[in-house]
Amino acid sequence: MFSEMPERTRLATAGAQATVASNLQRQRGSEQLKGNIFFALLLLAVAFALIGLIALIVQSAIKGAPAFGLNLITEGPSTINPEDAGFRPAIIGSIYLILGVILLVVPIGVGSAIYLEEYADGTKWWNRLIELNVQNLAGVPSIIYGILGLAFIVRGPLDLGFILAAGSLTLALLVLPTVILASREAIRAVPPSIRDGSLALGATQWQTIRRQVLPASIPGMATGVILAVSRALGEAAPLLLVGAAQFVTFNPQPFSADGYSAMPVLIYNYALRPQDEFRVLAAAGVVIMLIVLLLLNSFAVWLRNRYEQQW
Amino acid sequence: MSKKWLVAVAAGALSMGIVACGGSDSGSDASGLSGTIRIDGSSTVAPLTEAIAEEFQADNPDVKVTVGTSGTGGGFEKFCAGETDINDASRAIEPEEVELCKKDGVDYGELRIANDALTVVVNPNNPVKCMTVEQVKQVWEPDSKVTNWSQIDGLQPPFDSEAAPYGPGSDSGTFDFFTEAINGEEGAIRKDYNDVGEDDNATVTGVSGAEGGIGYFGYSFYIENEGTVKALEIDGGSGCVAPSVETAQDGSYTPLSRPLYIYPSAESLKDETTKAFLEFYVDNVNDVAEQVGFVPLTSEQQSKASDDLTSLEG
Repeated sequence: MFSEMPERTRLATAGAQATVASNLQRQRGSEQLKGNIFFALLLLAVAFALIGLIALIVQSAIKGAPAFGLNLITEGPSTINPEDAGFRPAIIGSIYLILGVILLVVPIGVGSAIYLEEYADGTKWWNRLIELNVQNLAGVPSIIYGILGLAFIVRGPLDLGFILAAGSLTLALLVLPTVILASREAIRAVPPSIRDGSLALGATQWQTIRRQVLPASIPGMATGVILAVSRALGEAAPLLLVGAAQFVTFNPQPFSADGYSAMPVLIYNYALRPQDEFRVLAAAGVVIMLIVLLLLNSFAVWLRNRYEQQW
Repeated sequence: MSKKWLVAVAAGALSMGIVACGGSDSGSDASGLSGTIRIDGSSTVAPLTEAIAEEFQADNPDVKVTVGTSGTGGGFEKFCAGETDINDASRAIEPEEVELCKKDGVDYGELRIANDALTVVVNPNNPVKCMTVEQVKQVWEPDSKVTNWSQIDGLQPPFDSEAAPYGPGSDSGTFDFFTEAINGEEGAIRKDYNDVGEDDNATVTGVSGAEGGIGYFGYSFYIENEGTVKALEIDGGSGCVAPSVETAQDGSYTPLSRPLYIYPSAESLKDETTKAFLEFYVDNVNDVAEQVGFVPLTSEQQSKASDDLTSLEG
């Protein structure tokens, strides 16, 4: 599929096509010029996005370089000795948070998507209302979910208190719409002929979904889940509201009322300190988060390639 | 294929377990104290509380102290709901917050643990050395028309440059204190200043980049950026006074020197661990204050904090 190619390949292909086209058919000069300008604009757009990302990575790596060392992952935060400080409790907190998000978001998100795509009657008003809501919820600012989490999960009906699991629940709510939308796209991309063939051979609707539709849509769903989880991993604002603290020296536990920490919260706090040592630490923290993200993403790519199907 | 999926998940969970196990080697408890102390509140005060907590935990490895930064106001909201033991505050508790705590039956004490001098900073190329409170107010008051330094009344020496004000957002205790002290009403400020939110480092960047830049933040931000921005002396009615450790301690840097507080709840004072922590805090605060960029208490202020704590413990 064209859209599944890596950026580089796509660029190269587009470039090659443009060259071939210009050599084979001598277009009128002005049309050719327009085509070239359009192509240049596209390249510029891609470069704009990439340069921003590269600048961020390079700047964080340079700024954070003095702090690189094993203590970043083995030690806890320290205000007295910032040079020995690390992110251990925050890293563990973030890993638990993300694990919780995945456990919550995958069954609920995929389930919702299967219902909406395979079972729901799109002509009924309540199903259209659900669809509209899911799309709108995907655009709600994260701080709103933080307030929701504080009012309904930490306090209020659920009354879990300021525990890590409450943070997971809040983040799961935040990214659930994204997962549902991505999973629906993935299910929709499975050709109807596959379903028809399965049903024609006597399979039930559940068997068709279980054996044909789901395996075929796993790559797309995995992409959606990873994108959503990457977003959840980087969120600080809603976590601050539901009780994540920056100074936690012990390893957080999911259901303990002792308190917990998370990477973005600690980075955010370090970045705002007056002393430069802490801003170096914040930059090093950004690099650690990027590494975690890269690991997550490469796992997703592996998963996608593993299950990629051709029809 | 579903088996491989399972293996991948299991491998992930396993590695999680390994991470979680590493470093949970808390030493034996020498003091016998254990338990959890939950602290939240001002991001200005947090580094000091963290430094104290760090030293306290070194002596008492079984005590778990956490410090969050919901801001002074956000912290009081949780504190008055009984959800935290101690609140860090970069200003005194406000009447509405007193009401809130009363409503929920949370009793508390107030301990002054450090001093601060809100420092008004300008670009190093700005020739002005001293401003009166009235002149600072002209720049920052709600309907300020000052767009150029030359429009400020009686400023010496005259300075012709576009004024570019930078300041924190309204969530900040620093914002509350500055607007109250300069404009006479908390929250009253011109609308068209450059709001840097919680990031005082952005004020440093802004003021050092604009010839007519002006901004304000805690003394520790000035100390870390002494060459980059210039601190103004402030004339609060009895001559120009520069912000410094001494003038913040004796309060002569007026009206912008301010005390920093912690508020322990009465409930938490019944707990031996929290009590020991607070005693440790008051006894050791001056040893770490300067190290982490705070203006320490005078010896009178420290003994007053100590007395206050004793009377709180009853």
